[in-house]
Amino acid sequence: MAHTEVDKRDSVKARRKRPFIIEFYSSDVGKKWAMALSGILLLGYLVAHLLGNLKVFLGPENVDLYAEALRDLGGELVPRQSILWLMRIGLLLAYSIHVHAALSLWWRNRKARGSVGYQTRTTYLAATYASRFMAYTGITVFLFILFHLSDLTWGPANPDFVYGDVYANIVATFERVPVAILYIVAILALGAHVRHGAWSLFQSIGINNAKFNKWRNKLAYGLTAFIVLGNISIPLAVQFGILKL
Amino acid sequence: MDVILSVWRQVGPDAEGEFVRYEANDIPDHASFLEMLDIVNENLNTNNEEPIAFDHDCREGICGMCGMMINGQAHGPQLGTATCQLHMRKFKDGDTIRIEPWRAEGFPVVRDLTVDRSAFDRIIEAGGYITVSTGSAPDANLIPVPKLAAEAAMDAAACIGCGACVAACPNSAAQLFTSAKVSHLNLLPQGQAERFSRVADMVDEMEKWFGACSNHGECETACPKSISIDFIALMNRDYIRSKFQQGRLAGQR
Repeated sequence: MAHTEVDKRDSVKARRKRPFIIEFYSSDVGKKWAMALSGILLLGYLVAHLLGNLKVFLGPENVDLYAEALRDLGGELVPRQSILWLMRIGLLLAYSIHVHAALSLWWRNRKARGSVGYQTRTTYLAATYASRFMAYTGITVFLFILFHLSDLTWGPANPDFVYGDVYANIVATFERVPVAILYIVAILALGAHVRHGAWSLFQSIGINNAKFNKWRNKLAYGLTAFIVLGNISIPLAVQFGILKL
Repeated sequence: MDVILSVWRQVGPDAEGEFVRYEANDIPDHASFLEMLDIVNENLNTNNEEPIAFDHDCREGICGMCGMMINGQAHGPQLGTATCQLHMRKFKDGDTIRIEPWRAEGFPVVRDLTVDRSAFDRIIEAGGYITVSTGSAPDANLIPVPKLAAEAAMDAAACIGCGACVAACPNSAAQLFTSAKVSHLNLLPQGQAERFSRVADMVDEMEKWFGACSNHGECETACPKSISIDFIALMNRDYIRSKFQQGRLAGQR
């Protein structure tokens, strides 16, 4: 028994050497916490981004001024675009943590089934399509973000791109039918991802209370409906000629 | 009634397994699923064939020994019961039933439908106990337990450790088992002294063997005791608290 006690003491020492946050993140439960907390940030971003985007319905000047206001956050107090870049770095950091935790948990879970998996098709009773396809909807959203940035932020995927001319860029890109379809499909994948994530995060961070529990699912559905309908309305409005130059 | 079985046969831990077809004829419909397998095994014995190995003990749904995947569902189509409490009247005459062992890295197959669930014992050893000085029994009701705590702890303590949660989980995660065992003691006054070391140690041990939780909720449905995934949330909360707690106490160790 003596050697096991020494082993135990060694492992406690090794554990203490690492900072608390690394120690916590190295566990699967910790990674789920990280995914939930970064998920909350990303959900907040999705809502804020959509609220800003919906300004296209208020006319070209309105949305162009909104984009300019984002670049000019902080006014004369700080260098131009600095606050915007801070927010972008924060977003990128949250997204990186979310993706890293997701990939390592996905890998862990794949290994956990063992070398011989079930030979019979599993009957799912509680798992939803949204929960089972989180990895795939997540990858879809990642690829979509790459396209979305090169379409409306950097410009190469949009032949009529003019820097700062937000309204014209949106109309130009959504007038192309394949692009409008691509956006709608990607937003539906994002919706499925949000539907499970916005509910699941409460479990991961242990917010579970009989009085509050019935609202967790309703909140997830509400957020999903807002994000999906809001985002889809823009390509549809361009396609149906409601938004035009 | 007559049913056709397709049973996973595997002679040893490292052997290749395969499905073997058996005809189970003249099964009384009030036989339990395990009794149906007994009848099949009797016939195999008579024909000098190797009987199907499966785990079972009390056959009244309280011991947690039995368990198998029946048509892709842990403990079969009847919810809230273990395999021994599933009766053949739940099936139709002429049905084909596919039977597989639990599949998980942490539950290696021993033989046929029998799996090694010692990983659960390792998790219990890590913290599923309270430290008390033994001796004569203490006076009853010496420690007041709030009614709500007693009820919730009892709901968690209903876990019989059969492993259906791991078997049903798409990630082979043991969060429902571990959280039930953690909560059972963490909710009671007797469990408070070791509350945070318990959750940290049991979660760490669990993660050596099993996957991570994706909040699918399959475990809750498969559980023969219908234990709620609310306990998983409770465990997640205590786990992060344990990290802060440990830091605060580090200087005193």
